[in-house]
Amino acid sequence: MTTPLLEVDDLHVSFHTAAGVVEAVRGVSFSLGRERLGIVGESGSGKTMTGRSVLRLIRPPGRITAKAMRFDGQDLLTLPERRMRALRGSRIAMVMQDPKYSLNPVMKVGEQLTEGLRRRERVSRAEAKRRALAALEAVQIRDPERVFHAYPHELSGGMGQRVMIAMMLIPDPALLIADEPTSALDVTVQAEVLRILDGLVRERGMGLIFISHDLRLVSRFCDRVLVMYRGRVVEELDATGLDAARHPYTRGLLNCLPRIGGDRGPLPTLQRDAAWAE
Amino acid sequence: MSFIEIDDLEVTFRAKGRLVHAVRGVSLSVERHESFGLVGESGSGKSTILRAICGMAPVTAGSIRIAGERVRHGRAFTRRVQMVFQDPFASLHPRHTIDRTLSEPLAIHGIGDRDAKVNQALEDVGLGRGFRFRFPHQLSGGQRQRVAIARALMLEPEILLLDEPTSALDASVQAEALNLLSRLREERGLTFLMVSHDLAVVDHMCDRLLVMKEGRAVEQLDRAALAGGTMQAEYTRELFAASADRLTG
Repeated sequence: MTTPLLEVDDLHVSFHTAAGVVEAVRGVSFSLGRERLGIVGESGSGKTMTGRSVLRLIRPPGRITAKAMRFDGQDLLTLPERRMRALRGSRIAMVMQDPKYSLNPVMKVGEQLTEGLRRRERVSRAEAKRRALAALEAVQIRDPERVFHAYPHELSGGMGQRVMIAMMLIPDPALLIADEPTSALDVTVQAEVLRILDGLVRERGMGLIFISHDLRLVSRFCDRVLVMYRGRVVEELDATGLDAARHPYTRGLLNCLPRIGGDRGPLPTLQRDAAWAE
Repeated sequence: MSFIEIDDLEVTFRAKGRLVHAVRGVSLSVERHESFGLVGESGSGKSTILRAICGMAPVTAGSIRIAGERVRHGRAFTRRVQMVFQDPFASLHPRHTIDRTLSEPLAIHGIGDRDAKVNQALEDVGLGRGFRFRFPHQLSGGQRQRVAIARALMLEPEILLLDEPTSALDASVQAEALNLLSRLREERGLTFLMVSHDLAVVDHMCDRLLVMKEGRAVEQLDRAALAGGTMQAEYTRELFAASADRLTG
């Protein structure tokens, strides 16, 4: 077997505060090939912290420890900050939830798309623009020239998120971490953005970590799903085998959702068990 | 005659010299004790209708009647109609204790026996008296939304306008909040007008619903038509297809 793209072994993220140590992630392990891995959990489950840890984007007083964390043969735990910065964006890219907060509001989209390219690769202005337009086309923006010259506020949410994805794709990363990339979008737009992401992952053979609170969405979209609860992975599922979920937390999450055509009695609520967090 | 009657409602905002036509000739009627849903994507005007009812959006044409009378905003209106907003982090005053948040409507309306009423309200929404002197930042999202619901009920209104009341909550917390709302509606005979982008939530909570797009009414449906997928409009079908993972079975 080939070595996986990303290997995480016994990851811990802890915050040392005046009130004591808070452990946000407690011993998460997984490996990822060129596939789509979903990480699902509710707020506070540590799913976002797990994603950010891979890029070492945890601010003090937060601390990352692990037995091992390797990306493409490089040790992410000991890599000097300089080389880490070279990885971020170019080899490992991240898409966040809300384009409104991720794009610079006073800078045209085109400038934002080409800024990294011109800094990193020192290409000419014309070449940078050519590649930016190609990236906008890749995320199925019909009029890339107009979007290139637009400010973020002139774009809808779905367009903004496509711009974010285009920006992440320009350097052709090997791994994309998407943290709730469609949660701020309307359902019909959501489906479209997912289709675009899916096509890109397949065509370019990227690895994808898809972080979301929505178990049904993730299982439709990913190959494998990790279910997190209070900083731990409580269950790993084949995405097609959602019905085979065994852990009471996963089952509870599935059952508490209202369904179209369901009966209107009280929804089953989640009876949390202290043992799940052990 | 229906309890809430909205006729040919138009809402137009003026933004930077441009006219924004947010609601374009929407009519709907809600019976007493009914739960009615407004569904649509962002910008469809669904929340604007709730805001127009409360006088928070400029009505430029058409009429809103409650129990046969044209709506006039004042104290009598607030006692009858209350609103619960989407984001419990934004809708509670960060520097007011829960006690102050809940007793303020009573004070404004000169209602006595506030102590007992605040305690009772906290019990009713399943929080308990222990929460009375806390601040919003000491509460989780679900607990804050319970406070927002308690506040809306302080004046014992007949109508609750619910603007995406659970979309900021985790799935397990959403289930608890929806159950709470259903129970309160039953116990108090409330009438709900509820906005949501989630067809499954609306199906669970509402008897009938109106689908909106770009300020216009697209189609009105009852639960059977929604569950059976027998909608007429193309757009409703699109919405339904995008929510296919929220079907039973």
